[in-house]
Amino acid sequence: MTISSIETPAGPAQPMVLNMGPQHPSTHGVLRVILELDGETVLSAKSVIGYLHTGIEKSCESKTYSQCITLTDRIDYLAPLSNNLGFCLAAERLIGIEIPKRAQYIRVLLTELTRISSHLVWLGTHAIDLGAMSVFLYCFREREEIMKIYEYVSGQRMMTSYFRIGGLALEPPPGWLDRVQRVVDAMPGHIDEYETLLTENRIWIARTKGVGMLSAEDAIAMGVSGPLLRASGVAYDVRKMFPYSSYDEFEFNIQTDNGGDCYARYKVRVAEMRESLKIIRQAMDKIPSEGPFRAELPGVIPPSREEMKTSIEGLIYHFKIFTEGFAPPPGEVYQAIESPRGELGVFMASDGSPKPYRVKFRAPSFVNLQSLPNLCVGRLIADVVACIGTTDIVLGEVDR
Amino acid sequence: MESKDLGKNPVVQKLRDWDPQAVAEVIEFRGETTVVVPAQQLLRAAEYLATEPSLRFTFLSDLTIVDRFPIEPRFELNYQLLSLDRRERLRLQVRLAGAEPTIASVIPVWPTANWHERESFDLFGVRFHGHPDLTRILMPDEWEGHPLRKDYPVEGFR
Repeated sequence: MTISSIETPAGPAQPMVLNMGPQHPSTHGVLRVILELDGETVLSAKSVIGYLHTGIEKSCESKTYSQCITLTDRIDYLAPLSNNLGFCLAAERLIGIEIPKRAQYIRVLLTELTRISSHLVWLGTHAIDLGAMSVFLYCFREREEIMKIYEYVSGQRMMTSYFRIGGLALEPPPGWLDRVQRVVDAMPGHIDEYETLLTENRIWIARTKGVGMLSAEDAIAMGVSGPLLRASGVAYDVRKMFPYSSYDEFEFNIQTDNGGDCYARYKVRVAEMRESLKIIRQAMDKIPSEGPFRAELPGVIPPSREEMKTSIEGLIYHFKIFTEGFAPPPGEVYQAIESPRGELGVFMASDGSPKPYRVKFRAPSFVNLQSLPNLCVGRLIADVVACIGTTDIVLGEVDR
Repeated sequence: MESKDLGKNPVVQKLRDWDPQAVAEVIEFRGETTVVVPAQQLLRAAEYLATEPSLRFTFLSDLTIVDRFPIEPRFELNYQLLSLDRRERLRLQVRLAGAEPTIASVIPVWPTANWHERESFDLFGVRFHGHPDLTRILMPDEWEGHPLRKDYPVEGFR
């Protein structure tokens, strides 16, 4: 190579294009962001997704309704029970049944635990992205306790599939509420611990305050939901606005912040963990120690184990439900729930056959990620890491 | 339960008063209202619903396509709207024929439609004119076919 060939041509300088990801520790999976840079300043950011696309929606079309539940765990693998809940509620609405209160309260309790565990992973990974190593270790320590509860109740740490259409998979094992109690008692202290490490930490504030601004108007225009929207000052929470699973019987507040920056989102999520604990405590008081954990609807909801073993009708229904499935009436429903990441919507269309004609998951991560350029254009590269972290995406859910 | 007072929903009534042409059909199922809008009227109706001060459907939750192959019109586009002020949901439905399905993009009304429309294009092959960057989003760029169509086999073409 001659010297003349590397001489800079005259004329305006060209922006540099940098590929961040798909293998980059702070993209939390396989997200690729194409950044156009002027020095360290971001001129444009384009997200490239689809690396984890597994065609879950297509697969659902060739499975019975009950079989689809195992796929929903794999969409947002940090909040499997929220996905189970969204899917089951949509199917229940399609069939037109109401499930027993006991099952509803247990669902509320477990999905709120899911919210805490999901926020813990978010807090830990977001903190480690910004250089706070110890928070990560503490968060995963507490998350493990919640995982143990999942395992005790459903037999699985992550892919729980515990909620079924019509109620729960099994009666929760004896003593499970004592384990929940232990977590609930310990959590407020742990949350205080994280806050002493971060809330007034000068480095944390410098890295998050005023970074990744999102105004309320922009947030609504971009369809952003969940903590991201609430940190921009919009009090939209599906649990309050369109209560499902008896959430209207629980007392809790929507946590909002007018900051609109990464720090505000941190504050909102931490406050949400405390609110979730409040809901869990109420749920523990409400859950009756005995009662049905599944609705009764012959031919749609599986009969109890005992009935299946002792009555001929029970055996026939059991066999038919697990071979053919059940056929809801033709129609379309949209059921939204508040997942840890925002509005998780399940659109379900039935054509009267035992397999869903179309299932669509309105993944909050997918929609929230779309607002990334709004957050990081005009900022430095280091802030992009904070912005990706603060949107709290799960790539399994983005790509489905 | 199927609602008996079909189409008595105040939002539907408003839409009818504004332009009788904009409402082709109203479907009520399980307490959810779906308004079928003719394809040419979609953008106008969307603008009206989003900006009319008494409605303010400013939030587009979702866009879902249902492929009714081999029935024509084949594609049903479901726009899931939300009014944060009125605490109300509404579904707009547009039906498109299978040959070269094309519809106006609603990005001018709801910028969030950008990725939803790209996804719909990618998986169903519906084109949105006026979209600034209508490229595949989930499938690789060189992919052939649109996987969520009903005439696309689950295991893919081999």
